[in-house]
Amino acid sequence: MKIAVCVKQVVTREWPLRVDDTRTWVQDRDASFEMNEPDAYALEEALRLKEQHGGEVVVCSAGPARVAQVIREALARGADRAIRVESDALAAADSGMVAEALAAAIRDEAFDLVLTGLQSDDQGFAQTGVVLAELLGIPHATIIMEVQVADGGLRVKRELEGGWFQWVSMRSPALLTIQSGINQLRYATLRGIMAAKKKEVRVVEPPADLAPHHEILELYVPEKGKQTRLIEGSPAEAAKELVRVLREEARVI
Amino acid sequence: MTNSELHTDLRTAVRELCSRFPDSYWRELDAQEAYPEEFVRALTEAGYLAALIPEDLGGSGLGIAEASIILEEVNRSGGNAAACHAQLYIMGTLLRHGSEAQRRHYLPKIASGELRLQAFAVTEPTTGTDTTQMKTMAVRRGDHYVVNGQKVWISRVEHSDLMLLVARTTPLEEVKKRTEGLSVFLVDLREAIGHGMTVRPIRAMINHASTEVFFDDLEVPVENRVGDEGQGFRYLLDGLNAERILIAAECVGDGRWFIERASRYARDRVVFGRPIGQNQGIQFPIARAYVNVEAADLMRIRAADLFDAGDPCGAEANMAKLLAADASWEAANVTMQTYGGYGFAQEYDIERKFRETRLYQTAPISTNLILAYIGQHVLDLPRSF
Repeated sequence: MKIAVCVKQVVTREWPLRVDDTRTWVQDRDASFEMNEPDAYALEEALRLKEQHGGEVVVCSAGPARVAQVIREALARGADRAIRVESDALAAADSGMVAEALAAAIRDEAFDLVLTGLQSDDQGFAQTGVVLAELLGIPHATIIMEVQVADGGLRVKRELEGGWFQWVSMRSPALLTIQSGINQLRYATLRGIMAAKKKEVRVVEPPADLAPHHEILELYVPEKGKQTRLIEGSPAEAAKELVRVLREEARVI
Repeated sequence: MTNSELHTDLRTAVRELCSRFPDSYWRELDAQEAYPEEFVRALTEAGYLAALIPEDLGGSGLGIAEASIILEEVNRSGGNAAACHAQLYIMGTLLRHGSEAQRRHYLPKIASGELRLQAFAVTEPTTGTDTTQMKTMAVRRGDHYVVNGQKVWISRVEHSDLMLLVARTTPLEEVKKRTEGLSVFLVDLREAIGHGMTVRPIRAMINHASTEVFFDDLEVPVENRVGDEGQGFRYLLDGLNAERILIAAECVGDGRWFIERASRYARDRVVFGRPIGQNQGIQFPIARAYVNVEAADLMRIRAADLFDAGDPCGAEANMAKLLAADASWEAANVTMQTYGGYGFAQEYDIERKFRETRLYQTAPISTNLILAYIGQHVLDLPRSF
């Protein structure tokens, strides 16, 4: 089974988030980065499928040169080789743009299965995988909590709202967006880190006509405000008014 | 892959492994005085403790710089690398001075973790750091040595399969120089304990699995002697620079852990209507401790670079250990002060790390002996002791 796993590099959770001068993104120039968490689960699922069914795991990432770090991490954990789409324009790109860059890079490889994380920890559109499936002309299923390989196809378990699940069968090739917690992540071993040095990383450019599909107008943190209102009158009147305000205005009772 | 990429990858990977062993894991072990068996197994299985073993003997053949990053990250995560750091470097004596047969037999098993070699019996109750005065004797009788004596502060003996032992093979009165006549032996603890060797745990201020060991006619086969008879003191010195640099890195890790905690607490804790970190009395000591940790880190990197290049680094390795131990202790004190009463509460882990990092003022070498080394060997001053 030939599996592609698309991973995104995001700012680490420990990095203090501050809006940058353009007011459209966070200051990330000196930030430390890590693999997007749902993507780490997608990678782990790909490695497990390979261990069960044989084949190859190819890790793909699109972004500026710094994404080489998450590529190395994926190779250290056990991916066999990598494809990296390099462009500074992909640093904080929208899902459509990232999906177009990835589709162009992996289309010719004819993967049996493409995995992505459900969504990214920074922008959280949950769209890259879905758009990528459309561009590749293959079916997709989202929020996957279990993957079974059946004859010529897949049985996958989707997470619904309210603790419900749904089993779906689909043909392959297919794309799945993986939910965090689907498996137990392995960590990179020292042997894995050393072995990653020798693995192939193919660096490609994105299509020349790549352009954003939307524009971020403003990024901001909602201002915290405190408002104090004094209810006057006799205790009985004030209590009555308080109940009315809590019920009708604050809507908490 | 460049060196700095390798270092980033190592940090990321070790940090992630350590994140599976949170503060509560170490806190509970501390309360029970238990060994971090699960953590050490994870670190071993992932190959990190075999970083310094050559590739053809099952390790990764990396340098002290990389090994020091591994230990730094363990301490920086709130853990205590002292539980297993010796597995990384004690094998160095075997690697450098062991016979080809010993290297081939033991090192691949140490690399895989099948055998643990993380105890080194040197210190004795009456002689301390005055190593050449040691009383433990190994007397050759045919194809084995018979060992009698006593060692103290020998850590991790109960969690090792093998132990290196330094004993006198020629009495002090019969050697020309007092540094002669000491030999190194590889003791198979699985056979020795109960057959001439007794281990007695020492309850201590920190959870360090330290023990006293007693030798009563312990027989050690001649083939378990490491290197030449009588050359043990030289072999001992050979391993010290590596140990100094690795300990310095652990201190840097501790220092960074403390400063991160202190800064966070000082930002979040609001008293008298403002974060306590807004007060210079709180902010400046944290800033100063940070400066000192970063400065110590530079000396540690300098020492590691010299070591890995094969250049002399005795002065730098000792200075790195002194600076880093002082910096981590300063950071520990500052953090205790920043936390106020909560620093004493076990659930905040500050008091545990405070106790743990205090050790490095004393072990593996006391701060005074580093100053004596610098005075005598770097500044050419008269020997002070």
